[in-house]
Amino acid sequence: MDQPQASPRDVVEAIYRRDGRRAFATLVRLLGDLDAAEEALHEALRVALERWPADGVPQNPVSWLISTARFHAIDGHRRQRRMRALDDVAAAALTATEAAPMVVDGEQLADDQLRLVFTCCHPSLASEAQVALTLREVCGLTTEAIASAFLLPTPTLAQRIVRAKAKIRAAAIPFEVPAAAELPLRLGAVLRVVYLVFNEGYSASSGDAVLRHELADEAIRLARLLRALLPEPEIDGLLALMLLQHARRAARVDADGDLVPLEQQERARWDHAAIAEGAAMVERALAAGRFGSYCLQAAIAAVHAESASAAATDWAQIAGLYDVLLRLEPSPVVELNRAVAIAMRDGAQAGLTLLAPMLQDERLARFHLTHAAHADLLRRLDRRDEARAAYDLALQFVQQEPERRFLRRRRAELDD
Amino acid sequence: MKYLCLVYLARERWHDCPDHRCAAYGQLLQQQGRLLAAEPLHPVETATTVRVRNGEVIVSDGPFAETKEQLAGFYLIDAVDLNAAIRIAAQIPPAKNGSIEVRPVRELDLGGASAPAANA
Repeated sequence: MDQPQASPRDVVEAIYRRDGRRAFATLVRLLGDLDAAEEALHEALRVALERWPADGVPQNPVSWLISTARFHAIDGHRRQRRMRALDDVAAAALTATEAAPMVVDGEQLADDQLRLVFTCCHPSLASEAQVALTLREVCGLTTEAIASAFLLPTPTLAQRIVRAKAKIRAAAIPFEVPAAAELPLRLGAVLRVVYLVFNEGYSASSGDAVLRHELADEAIRLARLLRALLPEPEIDGLLALMLLQHARRAARVDADGDLVPLEQQERARWDHAAIAEGAAMVERALAAGRFGSYCLQAAIAAVHAESASAAATDWAQIAGLYDVLLRLEPSPVVELNRAVAIAMRDGAQAGLTLLAPMLQDERLARFHLTHAAHADLLRRLDRRDEARAAYDLALQFVQQEPERRFLRRRRAELDD
Repeated sequence: MKYLCLVYLARERWHDCPDHRCAAYGQLLQQQGRLLAAEPLHPVETATTVRVRNGEVIVSDGPFAETKEQLAGFYLIDAVDLNAAIRIAAQIPPAKNGSIEVRPVRELDLGGASAPAANA
């Protein structure tokens, strides 16, 4: 695969791009520290650039990088502690095994990556620190790239990462995959981080749209990695959900940057390969039986994605899926979406009946989508004055500018 | 009688009092047979809060005891890492009723000779 004319620098760079983060994860386990692993890996890359032109690229470059990095880390550490005679005795005994090149197989590399993911998404770290650390350490994004994607000054983001690393060190957060009994909860935290990354990229609310698509792509890459490492239906569910949502990206926003609602999107512009992949994945996950809320949300997205037109949408199936989701994970937002689906299945009046108590609910009454849904149902019943009042309430609570423009447009259409 | 003497410090004055003075006082109390246990702590941002609700262990970052919750006791435990400490903390009976703050103990910094070894 390496072209004979490729320069040593190109070869080292290509190997770093492909395997750098995997080598890093293994070094974190071996050295027990994120910064030590990063430094050691850089040292090994420097040595590779020096030696590979003369010696040739080693047969197993990843193992070579890991062995070299580990040797330099231990060597450097020993030099720091030269003053202590006892260490030298212990060190001499160790040297023989340390210097021997290690062979790290694919399974071990995968296991180490999984450890690193669970450490970066440890629930004792603040949520925003988990997101930043995962993108930095697991995905290898630069601090600058993460900061601009989250619209934060680089020093703020850098400090967040430094503090998180300090906590990992001080509190001794281990680099390990949680035991089976703890796995469901801990995996939940990891999937939440992945979905946060995705949503940050998906909601084109502000900022650099290109960088944001990169975040969505990164989240999908992370989910693919997790899926390869750990067979859990909810990972499939989340990956399918993101694939199905991301498949609509080209049709979600019009030329002016305005949001296009699902029923008006040009379905030919959807990514049908991604839809096919996502739909097949969620079908398999649901068949496995042990599914959770990501699988159900993906199933709902699949029904939308696979219907030929908005009018052909199978609302009965969507309402049924929301019933299950509401039982599994009751939340006001799921309740609201279920009411909208039932209104599509049984008519606007049925939706209004379900919505009435929600408009009295403290949390839902401050949520713009509750009033937007209410307004839409009133509009369909041609109760225009009430619809206008509901749009006004929605506009009062809406946060994001594209959504505000969309609601204004909808309200103005009532006057036509 | 046994008494627990709790040391409170503003974050910016965490290291105002040199560690060797604390160590010396600890030694004095020990010689007098009056010291049961004394440990300096890492600051609050290293804390983890553990609660058990409906049989589920809820772990969150920071010292998130609710304001109406008061310090009611302590367990000084030895655990290999934070995950092991969380497992032990989750079994402390009041974890079901209140919160357990898990804060790592640090070592007093008494100069190079007995500094903790780096993990390599």
